[in-house]
Amino acid sequence: MPGPTRAQRRYPGWVAQLKERVPAVEGWFTIGDAPALLGTRCTACGTYFFPREESFCRNPGCRGRQFDEVELSRRGRVWSFTDNRYQPPAPYVSPDPFVPYGIAAVELEREHMVVLGQLDAGVDTSALRAGQEVELVVGPLYEDDDHEYVVWKWRPLRPSGGEREVQQ
Amino acid sequence: MTHEVAVLGVGMHPWGKWGKNFVEYGLVAAEAALDDAGVAWQDIQYVAGADTIRNGYPGFIAGATFAQALGWSGTRVGSCYAACASGAHAINMARAQILAGFCDVALVVGADTTPKGFFAPVGGERRDDPDWLRFHLLGATNPTYFALYARRRMEAYGATPRDFALVKVKNSRHGLANPNARYRKEVTVDEVLASPVVADPLHLLEICATSDGAAALVLSSLEYARARGASQPVRVAAVSTVTPMFPNTVIEMPNFATDSGAVAAAPERTFRDSIAHAALEEAGVGPEDLDVAEVYDLSTSLELDWYENIGLCKEGEAERLINDGDTALGGRIPVNPSGGLACFGEAIPAQAIAQVCELTWQLRGQAAGRQVEGAQVGLSINQGLFGHGSSVIVKR
Repeated sequence: MPGPTRAQRRYPGWVAQLKERVPAVEGWFTIGDAPALLGTRCTACGTYFFPREESFCRNPGCRGRQFDEVELSRRGRVWSFTDNRYQPPAPYVSPDPFVPYGIAAVELEREHMVVLGQLDAGVDTSALRAGQEVELVVGPLYEDDDHEYVVWKWRPLRPSGGEREVQQ
Repeated sequence: MTHEVAVLGVGMHPWGKWGKNFVEYGLVAAEAALDDAGVAWQDIQYVAGADTIRNGYPGFIAGATFAQALGWSGTRVGSCYAACASGAHAINMARAQILAGFCDVALVVGADTTPKGFFAPVGGERRDDPDWLRFHLLGATNPTYFALYARRRMEAYGATPRDFALVKVKNSRHGLANPNARYRKEVTVDEVLASPVVADPLHLLEICATSDGAAALVLSSLEYARARGASQPVRVAAVSTVTPMFPNTVIEMPNFATDSGAVAAAPERTFRDSIAHAALEEAGVGPEDLDVAEVYDLSTSLELDWYENIGLCKEGEAERLINDGDTALGGRIPVNPSGGLACFGEAIPAQAIAQVCELTWQLRGQAAGRQVEGAQVGLSINQGLFGHGSSVIVKR
């Protein structure tokens, strides 16, 4: 690990604010006020893809080769969830000491797909239930001297409960 | 025309963390299988190697690696990688060679030397590889996915952590007498639930370890077996290596998302259901005909999923099976009499072959201390990363 720069030693708070907030992966999600996952949609059959598919449509009944970029639904319902209590191996970039985090599998109604994401920091998984509605937010994944790398995360709309709606 | 081949010989190197080169394990298993079959290495006409991707170039061309190590004999070779399904796919390659008439007798070998701890993606920065990205962007380890399935059973069917723990308790008892098992110690429900939570709701003792080990088979045509005096050999009646149907609407390791079912209707069966269905259909048997099964218990709750995928019970009823003792030795349909991955840990390219070794011993009545009495039909099942089905049915 490189040590702090001279500016960081002198003005730690000020320099932290100056860190540029950048997506940890390019082209997978937006980071504005209403962040959304970026997928693609086949112009021939309408099937959604996340992560983006841009060469051949994977619907075996479709020969589509053209795709529109689309923002996926920002809200969905929890299909399942867990947490990670042990530090994963690289290429996960862990703070030191490791901080456990939750992960949810979320059903998007319009797209008919389930998308994984970390749960927003501070979400108590013991209060989560399948069927609960969650919303996409953007939060820190890791940082280096100049950048704060962010990623999409799921945050419950009603943190304290939610209906149990389980469909097979 | 029969589509069956004979299992002439089986052999394994015990599972563990031995710290040796995978080739050495593979040779021990291969020689044991050759001895068991009574076939000399020079008589083998085809070698199918199940690859390992964590042991350098020799691992990517496992068939040739084992052939060279046994001594070049001019035999034909093939190597294949299908993640955790590699062993079954290698079995299928050998079977196809025999059934096509290209050879009479073949050797199948899988062996692995594994690193400690969580499986990490292979090295290098690969931003176009979902297996690399899921660690980088989500910190989603293999137990993360196992835990998502476990929690789903709790949410959908009311499963409890105790139900899951019972799977480990059963398998730990089954493996006690298995000389090839790495862990031979009985555990209790309390011990399972007192072990640290790795990914809620799964505890350390519910998630399989990674192991070194090797397994091998000698397969032949039924005519070849008969000519060698094996009139009633264990036979491979089916090998299922199916891929999913689009849209695959169940989230799967190492993916970020399922396929979208917005346009195409979901297939009649989930991927895991279809793996079993294809094998049962090919063998011409139903789940009720099975006497014994070896299933991939990467986690305790995944074993319960397999009960339903095979059709041993209806969806949501697997917890009742484990609680009633139906899948324990002496029960209606014993599952994982070997002790399963709970007692072995996973040696990726060897594991699906090891499942068939166990079923063969069971059908021959040679599974000392863990014998399913009178077993005539056995099924192994498993799934490899990136859409690899793996199921083998053997009959006596």
